[in-house]
Amino acid sequence: MPRIINYERPLFRGHAPFSVYDVPIALAVFALIWAFLTVGRDMTAPVLPDSGELDLAFIRLPYYALRSVARMFLAYFFSLLFTFVFGSLAAHNRTAEKVIIPTIDILQSVPILGFLAVTVNGFMSLFPGSMLGIELASIFAIFTSQVWNIVYSFFQSVRAIPRDLTDSAAVFKLTPIQRFFRLEVPFSMIGLVWNSMVSFGGGWFFLAASEAITVLGKDIRLPGLGSYLATAVEKGDFPAIGAAIAVMLLIVVLLDLAFFRPLLAWAQKFRTGDVFETEYESAVLTAIQRSTLVETFVEKVSRPFWSFLIDRLPARLAASRIGSLAGRRRRGLSITGIILLVLGGGMVFFMVGDGVVFLFQSMTLGELGVIGLSGLATMARVLATVGVASLVWVPIGTYIGMRPGLARRIRPVIQIGAAFPANLVYPLVFLLFVRAGVDLGIGAVVLMFIATQWYILFNVIVGTLTVPEDLKAAADVMRLRGFMRFRTLVLPIVFPFWVTGALTAAGGAWNASIVAEVASFGDHSMKAFGLGAYIAQATVQGDWPGIVVSIVVMCLLVVLMNRFLWRRLYRYAEEHFTLEG
Amino acid sequence: MSELDRAKRKIDALSIQDRQDVPAILQTKGLSMWFGGTSDTPRVTVLEGVDFTIREGEFVALLGPSGSGKTTFMRILAGLTEPSAGEVLYHGQRLVGVNPGVSVVFQSFALFPWMSVLENVAMGLRAAGMNLKDAMEKATAAIDMIGLDGFEDALPRELSGGMKQRVGFARALAVEPEVLCMDEPFSGLDVLTADNLRSELMDLWLEKKIPTKAILAITHSIEEAVMMADKVVIFWHNPGRVAAVLKVGLPHPREKKSPEFKKLIDQIYTILVRQAEVETKASQRPLALRKFQKLPHARLGALSGLLDLIQERGGVEDIYELEGELNMEADDLLELTEAASVLGLAVLSEGDIKLTQLGMRFVEGDILSRKDVFREAVAGSVVVINQILQALNTATDHSMDEEYFLDVLENHFTEDEAYRQLQTAIDWGRYAELFAYDEQSGVLYLEDPPEEEG
Repeated sequence: MPRIINYERPLFRGHAPFSVYDVPIALAVFALIWAFLTVGRDMTAPVLPDSGELDLAFIRLPYYALRSVARMFLAYFFSLLFTFVFGSLAAHNRTAEKVIIPTIDILQSVPILGFLAVTVNGFMSLFPGSMLGIELASIFAIFTSQVWNIVYSFFQSVRAIPRDLTDSAAVFKLTPIQRFFRLEVPFSMIGLVWNSMVSFGGGWFFLAASEAITVLGKDIRLPGLGSYLATAVEKGDFPAIGAAIAVMLLIVVLLDLAFFRPLLAWAQKFRTGDVFETEYESAVLTAIQRSTLVETFVEKVSRPFWSFLIDRLPARLAASRIGSLAGRRRRGLSITGIILLVLGGGMVFFMVGDGVVFLFQSMTLGELGVIGLSGLATMARVLATVGVASLVWVPIGTYIGMRPGLARRIRPVIQIGAAFPANLVYPLVFLLFVRAGVDLGIGAVVLMFIATQWYILFNVIVGTLTVPEDLKAAADVMRLRGFMRFRTLVLPIVFPFWVTGALTAAGGAWNASIVAEVASFGDHSMKAFGLGAYIAQATVQGDWPGIVVSIVVMCLLVVLMNRFLWRRLYRYAEEHFTLEG
Repeated sequence: MSELDRAKRKIDALSIQDRQDVPAILQTKGLSMWFGGTSDTPRVTVLEGVDFTIREGEFVALLGPSGSGKTTFMRILAGLTEPSAGEVLYHGQRLVGVNPGVSVVFQSFALFPWMSVLENVAMGLRAAGMNLKDAMEKATAAIDMIGLDGFEDALPRELSGGMKQRVGFARALAVEPEVLCMDEPFSGLDVLTADNLRSELMDLWLEKKIPTKAILAITHSIEEAVMMADKVVIFWHNPGRVAAVLKVGLPHPREKKSPEFKKLIDQIYTILVRQAEVETKASQRPLALRKFQKLPHARLGALSGLLDLIQERGGVEDIYELEGELNMEADDLLELTEAASVLGLAVLSEGDIKLTQLGMRFVEGDILSRKDVFREAVAGSVVVINQILQALNTATDHSMDEEYFLDVLENHFTEDEAYRQLQTAIDWGRYAELFAYDEQSGVLYLEDPPEEEG
């Protein structure tokens, strides 16, 4: 039964002058404003000679954490902006779709960490002498890790809007801005929130990897948790390492409680259809909704502001636009589209051509061979990672998934595990390798496994949860047990979910290889033979041709694996295991 | 052929002359709509040469079987789709873009689930640039009028289907449209709710409580059309076109049991059944020369049941009587009678359905001999199935992908319809044991290929 009480509308509207919830909310608002000002001031600070030094005192940790979180949110903000601009464009314009969607598809599977050298250099030359350039490079790295699945989800949601709803938007003459805010964004809201959560989880990994890097011979340290940890590892300061990991864990948990959970609970009002789903509850959201302060703000400031922005402003400009709606439906490429394509294509062609000539002049055949072999070595590690993770987590995941109660209790643990950036614990694991005498060639698989195992576990559990109760009952009646039960009942249903998990895990493993195949702790350092290590080394040395070729090779391998392995498995799953009768 | 013409002329005789004295609000001239028609995709016609007028003060019902392009036609009138040929005139001016004088009530309600009832109703007013206060007042008035008092703040998902459609009406009426279009507005509701809402709407319209100047309603229920409309426009399919226009001159409130009411319903049935006749006649040329029939999507169990019932009644029965007795929608019943006619198991004439000799053999047989009769009927009359058989016979391993047949059918039908046509053909062909079908791989094949027999 749907709820009659609606928490979106306060129960005691206009009755209480203020509520108990106002106190923590007012404090939170002040804290946010303070954080904004501080971070804003420090981000634009000039580069000083001691900018690379970080103070390992515990008292500095909250500040570093704040800087890291600010980076994450800025990147997230840009991701949303990018999504709304390019997602809308792709959804409404066929020419744009033909360019944007394939581009996203490729960028999604590209190992972003490899590009760090390129982007850091670019942004530093944009803002010479200011920390802002480096700051932006880090934010850009996080952005590129967050944005693609959010754009894609938005694009797909907008395309999936039922025709009746777009029809009624047209019949009632909604302006493009009204349609965007009243139909398209609300319709895609739940997908956006889920994908934001996934993106944030992935983003931490890149934050930790991009705050402290050595690019083209320059040591770069942005104030933040990632740099703090890197410095602590360099100095072998165990208490500081422990503290950094603990703070990170705390942030992940806090963000979940104070940001994502309320967001998810709030987004439920945008679900379509009458399907009863799990209620997502959040005490924080309830507090916000019951606060008189927030209510007053919404009614006096926010609602009139949005109403003006969405309804009044465009309505004045709208009259002329309604007539043009029909014209926009025309299929195919417009003339401007063709001109843009030709120009863009020409530019890309010449740039690539130039690059190829440059590369061939500076690359020996032997070097190319080394890169190719490294690629194969890393590919073997990626496959091994997925294989090991599957062997470990498929049985455990199905065990958990068969018990919904257990699954519900264990879910937050997995979510936090997935969001926690595995590269923060890499130095410790590496230290274990050093002590135990494990070669990094094999150890790297363990490191990659730590980073990507969650995707497989999570998907397997979700898949197992979808096994229908009546099939379970039928299996009980026929006394299917052990492996027989797994083969006939669980495997067919879980398989497609496993493919999704394995695909995501493989993508993550490629990225992780760049930070996993080279490792150092204090004076110890080790390097495995692989493409990740090659890229990492080329980045440090500023070996441009090496960077470009190795990244291109890695992208190629990722795309090939998608084409020839994962997509085939998907098709196999589609043809053989669907629950529809 | 002359018989065919005669049937057509009889239909024309039942149609009415258009009233020229009242100004037309919306008019279409030679309106056609097709998809494809480029070098690589064949043209599939959905609407052909539709001339239509809706005048001030008219309530027009659009009646027709599924696939006759009613909804497409309404979307064109509302300016949601551009026609491939012909034009829409709004007050004599060619319509460009979304029609400014039309608002629509959707079968699926099409409410925005994240907006409250009030916000949904006010949506159109806000879009028109009305300020917040006025929009809220006007929306509240519309909500009161349609009987949703007290639900202003509810979200659509808290409402029942009937209440949701009330919101749909309030939203459409709030913007005070000149023409109110309704796409099967009551067919998503249960009978009692639909009756209730319908009579309230009629009250608003007849008592002129709303400034709406004309109403156009799509329906597949003959009774509903005669109950509400001043004019019934009957569409027919393949391609969608106007088959007849009928005037309903009865005073309101209309009494279902009255002889005049029943007579009108009989007339409409006669027209619809004659259309089916015309189609059957057209398909009585040699199989190889025929174009693809549009197979009615009849389930075979129901078809057998219908034929049994007719036999019990002495082999002939009035179709409208059957509808009342079986409590079926006219649409569904017509699909069945058409199927019987296409298969040559029964003939339709003057609103009656009569078993043929083949039909008698069918009902008298047991399960197995029924299959034999059915196989004979299918092989003798259904073009698609014959083509499928031919293709399978010549194919090397006597099996072919369904995509091949879909491609062929898509030359004659829209994509969705082609899919449904193939589903029906497969259903019939399997029952007749003419060929087999593997759903997983989507392959059609012969179970007993000819070589093995010979």
